[in-house]
Amino acid sequence: MALTGLFLITFITLHLAINLLTMVSKDAFNEASHFMATNPLIQVMQYVLAAGFLIHIVMGINLTLKNKSARPEKYAYNRPSANSGFSSRSMIITGMLVLVFLVLHLRDYFVELKFGDMNGFDNDYDLVVTLFGMWYYTLIYVLAFIALGIHLNHGFQSAFQSMGANHSRYTPLIKKLGAVYCVIIAAGFSAIAIFHFVNA
Amino acid sequence: MNLTLKIYRQDGPNAKGRMETYQVADISEHMSFLEMLDVLNEQLVAKGEEPVAFDHDCREGICGMCSLYINGEAHGPDRGVTTCQLHMRKFKDGDTIYIEPWRSKAFPVVKDLVVDRSSFDRIMAAGGFVSVNTSGNTQDANAIPIPKTDADKAFDAATCIGCGACVATCKNASAMLFVSAKVSQLALLPQGKVERTHRVLNMVERMDKEGFGNCTNTGACEVECPKGISLENIARMNREYLKASLTADKD
Repeated sequence: MALTGLFLITFITLHLAINLLTMVSKDAFNEASHFMATNPLIQVMQYVLAAGFLIHIVMGINLTLKNKSARPEKYAYNRPSANSGFSSRSMIITGMLVLVFLVLHLRDYFVELKFGDMNGFDNDYDLVVTLFGMWYYTLIYVLAFIALGIHLNHGFQSAFQSMGANHSRYTPLIKKLGAVYCVIIAAGFSAIAIFHFVNA
Repeated sequence: MNLTLKIYRQDGPNAKGRMETYQVADISEHMSFLEMLDVLNEQLVAKGEEPVAFDHDCREGICGMCSLYINGEAHGPDRGVTTCQLHMRKFKDGDTIYIEPWRSKAFPVVKDLVVDRSSFDRIMAAGGFVSVNTSGNTQDANAIPIPKTDADKAFDAATCIGCGACVATCKNASAMLFVSAKVSQLALLPQGKVERTHRVLNMVERMDKEGFGNCTNTGACEVECPKGISLENIARMNREYLKASLTADKD
């Protein structure tokens, strides 16, 4: 989970950086998008990324099922909030929400850009921006990014702990970085969606 | 104070469990939680009913025998204490208190609030020891220089009393805090380093076989641990395991 998680974290950071260009200029985004669609290394990485997602999802579901079976009898009265954070206890739920969003996202963008007729648009920017004109589409996006933010709030620092990276000097810093990072991702993507909704 | 107790009762290992409600009156706030249960049991015995079975031994927080999931928390609402050290002053007159056994596939219920924690013993037997020649000329341990920080970390890990609160409180019923404390206390010291590679592999293998869940780093165990065992130990065990699985010789 940790290795694939950190790999996906690298991907989503790059994704955000490119998407932020839509708020800067149409040409800049189209150029970046064109680069991503044509660069041979990126084409190879696409398959690595798909594998990364698949492994992360399958391992996550498998891990949850195994962990659930480790406690066949539940407590009549349990207070998990007394000792652990919400994001750490809801990884499968936020993960599943992001997965549902991912299907929608891939259908509307990835499939259209790569295999479809781009909804009739002649450039990537117009395809991306137009969908945000619909309020419910923007709302789904913002909700999905909140779920992703909660997922990352635990996931970022948890990945380091799983790989054995716990140190009195660096762990507090990693935790702070994780908290800032998840806000940047959630707020960054949400801002893009809201920006294009307002300007539509 | 007067209290309502909702206690899990199960007549035997294969019997079906149920929650029973009991009333106890005139409980002193200076009593420990187990003394309060003693009062209840005296009442039950006087009435000719079966007393509530629960584990206990030293009653001073060091043996690791007492357990109990009290109002949704392992060893109750106080921090850094075992159930025997939990004072009744942590509760209020009129409170309803839920008392349940540790819940884990690897800790089957024996009777009422007593669970079988021998899975921990089997994990220890798989590698939680150092092989020392005791033929009469054993080297004085104090003759081996050990950095103060390592000695402190090893001692902190060694304070684990194996009560199982980490398993009980973990949403995955994972035993990682316990196993990592045992792996750490030995891996940090020169005497334990000799067998470190196979120790961590064998103990983790045994842990998985016993049916404990996996660690997802919620950190609940560290909060509820009566001895304050740190998550640092879990990271250390992860490092030990990673290193060992990459470098261990083929059997």
